[in-house]
Amino acid sequence: MIRVELPAHLRTLAQVGEEVSLEVQGAVTQASVLDALEARYPVLRGAVRDPATRQRRALVRFFACQRDLSHEDPDTPLPEAVAKGEEPFLIVGAMAGG
Amino acid sequence: MSTVRVLVGTRKGAFILTSDGKRQDWEVSGPHFAGWEIFHMKGSPVDPNRIYTSQTSGWFGQMIQRSNDGGKSWEPVGKEFAYDGVAGTHQWYDGTQHPWEFARVWHLEPSLTDPDTVFAGAEDAALFKTTDGGMNWQELSGLRRHSTGPSWAPGAGGMCLHTILLDPSDPQRIYIAISAAGAFRTDDGGETWRPINKGLHSLYIPDPEAEVGHCVHRIAMHPSRPGVLFMQKHWDVMRSENAGDCWREVSGNLPSDFGFPIDVHAHEPETLYVVPIKSDSEHFPPEGKLRVYRSRTGGEEWEPLTKGLPQEDCYVNILRDAMAVDSMDSCGVYFGTTGGQVYASSDSGDTWAPIVRDLPAVLSVEVQTLR
Repeated sequence: MIRVELPAHLRTLAQVGEEVSLEVQGAVTQASVLDALEARYPVLRGAVRDPATRQRRALVRFFACQRDLSHEDPDTPLPEAVAKGEEPFLIVGAMAGG
Repeated sequence: MSTVRVLVGTRKGAFILTSDGKRQDWEVSGPHFAGWEIFHMKGSPVDPNRIYTSQTSGWFGQMIQRSNDGGKSWEPVGKEFAYDGVAGTHQWYDGTQHPWEFARVWHLEPSLTDPDTVFAGAEDAALFKTTDGGMNWQELSGLRRHSTGPSWAPGAGGMCLHTILLDPSDPQRIYIAISAAGAFRTDDGGETWRPINKGLHSLYIPDPEAEVGHCVHRIAMHPSRPGVLFMQKHWDVMRSENAGDCWREVSGNLPSDFGFPIDVHAHEPETLYVVPIKSDSEHFPPEGKLRVYRSRTGGEEWEPLTKGLPQEDCYVNILRDAMAVDSMDSCGVYFGTTGGQVYASSDSGDTWAPIVRDLPAVLSVEVQTLR
């Protein structure tokens, strides 16, 4: 199972806790994890990436294993520790000043 | 016994303020959707417990929430606002052409006859419609495809469609307004649109009397006279007798004719309310005095309403969707400020009192009169 950690607003929308577990078919990539997340929680469709272009929303970041994966190709395999469920894939709302 | 329900959208959540017909003691519910920007909430005129909410976030995008029990509980409904066909381009701040991009819903206008039908005004400017209670939204793209569309440009706040007025006497007629394209009208239910900006004079655009490009801040009508329109423009308060075919200025003796909201008394079609703001560069009341101005003559002659409002050191703004009236026998008037106050008057504006003082900045105020 893939562990995905959600920011507070998305937890509220999906009515879940901080972390959800997802079954992902095939290669474990950003795209496949987000596909699984949106399939399980349709309310999150459009909240993480654009529903048409599937591009990451500008103020959303993806972290895992102490690395910023936000700018990685969505079809690049995620770190093995994420694929094995040892580490979570973090969806993070970007910092904003003010 | 009548009840009044005030729906308040703020920068950080929604609040629902409820009182009996006396409108003296208020119950405050919220924040709903805490932390999200609530651009607008509005109830169906035919089913007041059906309320629609535009919930947005710069981080996580657009949500539409629907309540079937007067705001006690909510369910997310459809939030995909896809432009019809090839979106095309409009003018950008630097004069280049820029793709139409959906940002958020500024205004939701439920149908006058069907609780499942709602119109949504979007940024970048477009009009959407649902007929299934918000599950699916289709663009009425005749507006955006108007021949002037590529010349529309955003104001500083974005290119937003912020006003939607439904004509109660003609279901085919809708008025909308866009900052900064101007006002438009359809007479065929949204298929085709015409600019209705004749008579507007705007010194901040190259041709002050251009067909489009005017920064209309808000339009209001009284339902008994849907062909008579009132407009608060970037500067100037305007009036039209003929459904927007032409306008004339009625700013009269206002201390400033810059402002955002404008509204009409529930029972007196010639009684208007505006809140003068000092200027386009100083978005606060002149002299630090928060004054609603009322005209009982359909414009031109205005009187300040100050009793109960701060008359020194007040530097808040009142945004375009942040004023509303109830339809109690003694008409109530309400407005919210960027300082988080919601003021109410139960006597047509003669006296005011705050319902709440310390909300997040208020984006919108709507009122429901429940009998």
